[in-house]
Amino acid sequence: MTINEKQDEIIEEFDLFDDQLDKTQYIIDLGKKLPPLPDSLHVPENLIPGCQSKVWLNSELNNDLVHFEADAEPTAQISRGLVSLLIRVLSDQKPDDVATADLYFIDRIGLSNLVTSRRAGGMASMIQRMKSFAMANA
Amino acid sequence: MQAITQTPLDIQKIRADFPVLDQLVNGRPLVYFDNAATTQKPRTVLDALTRYYEHDNANIHRGIHALAERATANFEATRRAIQTFMNAREAEEIIFTYGTTDGINLVAKTYGQTYLGPGDEIIISTLEHHSNIVPWQMLCEARGCVLKVIPINDEGELLMDEYEKLLTERTKIVSVVHVSNALGTINPIKTIIDKAHGVGAVVLIDGAQATSHIDIDVQALDCDFYVFSAHKLFGPTGMGVLYGKRAILEAMPPFRGGGEMIKEVTFEKTTYNDIPYKFEAGTPNIADVIAVKNAIEYVDSLGKENIAAYEHELLSYATDALRSIDGLRIIGNAKEKVSVISFVLDGIHHEDTGVILDQQGIAVRTGHHCTQPLMRRLGIAGTTRASFSVYNTTDEIDKLVKGLHRVKAMMA
Repeated sequence: MTINEKQDEIIEEFDLFDDQLDKTQYIIDLGKKLPPLPDSLHVPENLIPGCQSKVWLNSELNNDLVHFEADAEPTAQISRGLVSLLIRVLSDQKPDDVATADLYFIDRIGLSNLVTSRRAGGMASMIQRMKSFAMANA
Repeated sequence: MQAITQTPLDIQKIRADFPVLDQLVNGRPLVYFDNAATTQKPRTVLDALTRYYEHDNANIHRGIHALAERATANFEATRRAIQTFMNAREAEEIIFTYGTTDGINLVAKTYGQTYLGPGDEIIISTLEHHSNIVPWQMLCEARGCVLKVIPINDEGELLMDEYEKLLTERTKIVSVVHVSNALGTINPIKTIIDKAHGVGAVVLIDGAQATSHIDIDVQALDCDFYVFSAHKLFGPTGMGVLYGKRAILEAMPPFRGGGEMIKEVTFEKTTYNDIPYKFEAGTPNIADVIAVKNAIEYVDSLGKENIAAYEHELLSYATDALRSIDGLRIIGNAKEKVSVISFVLDGIHHEDTGVILDQQGIAVRTGHHCTQPLMRRLGIAGTTRASFSVYNTTDEIDKLVKGLHRVKAMMA
């Protein structure tokens, strides 16, 4: 699936919910399913700045595709859910596509309303880091 | 839970004085429990701001026209109102600043830079906000001074025996928070001031969190400096107060150079104005200063004692209600507290708690509350903090409790 196909799929899933709390519950449930990173990848270089909760991102190039794995501290379920959405959209894609991706799903599913500006800041840092890695490998 | 409050205040009438409270947030009536960050503003304060810009706007002092005279008269009337509010000896001891942080920086940069040298000691406490830590660290770096910190017990109270041990003949400044913003602890500042004076140190009290809850009498306290921000006292943002004893203020060099703070300027030499103007360079925040008088009048109309008593009822009610929630731990259980409750929920990040409460229309603060060293001492990354003001109700506390049950259910 392309990045945009994945975004459209997520938008469709969130269309099922009218209520903010239901959307948040869905994100929390996604967070619970996010597999934890191995301890060896919980290193300062992988830590994303700007989040109230700790978020780690590990980036690799596998068979010419950028591969991302990420994790947030276990108690921060909303962050974990947000992280899992970004991984779902951007991981295992061509570097060029990631570097130039227009992540319209964030606004369309009301994520900017759903998260605090501070957390949105953290998400922005994560997206920036994913794109920088893709650009360096494009 | 059945709530019967004893207050003579008409809380519904008070709520009607604060237009911002009457709104829906995320489809639910706003519950504003972030009063330790900033209080809401009563109609009289908002009207004063509008009235100033509609009728009196002019630059103050030196103007010879009617508007300038009116603006100046109202501006100086606030100084006298604050003098009375704090029971300062003279109105000239009231310096207008941009806020608590600005006041502390002023003292660190002027008094500190002038009178402290290598090896001199500054004492603060574990409970301090970053704004009462960093300016002293900067001073220590600039002048080679030593920063010492009063430790706390697990309830969030200062260890006064340890404080006494920190005092030496090298102690030049003791700068301590009156009320902890993160935990609500009320510190025994009278004892702190007296002990500091015993070794010849001057004392600054950070009153940012105190002025809306506690009666301030700087003469009875005998503190050398007392700083606070108007926006936590129902006044506008960007306006604060530095009280200082006349003799000390006069012995301090100016902070910023510019207009208003001078007596005479030549290219060879400038002589400085008298206090308070020596510390008020440039056009001040005229409208906001003027409106602060209305904020103080509003507090006076309710009565500080009535406010404190009612807030104490809210604190007791909320403490009991929150303790009934499984897995909730209140952080900071000092015997003397204002109406601030910090807490953590087992296994739930404070940020998630804040987001889900916000979605239910409940405004709280989450994080380290600009007290990272305190959080480190308590072994936590942050808390969720609910802080109550006179316009809050026990019904709203019930909503918080219900909201927290929802948080727990969603995270389960």
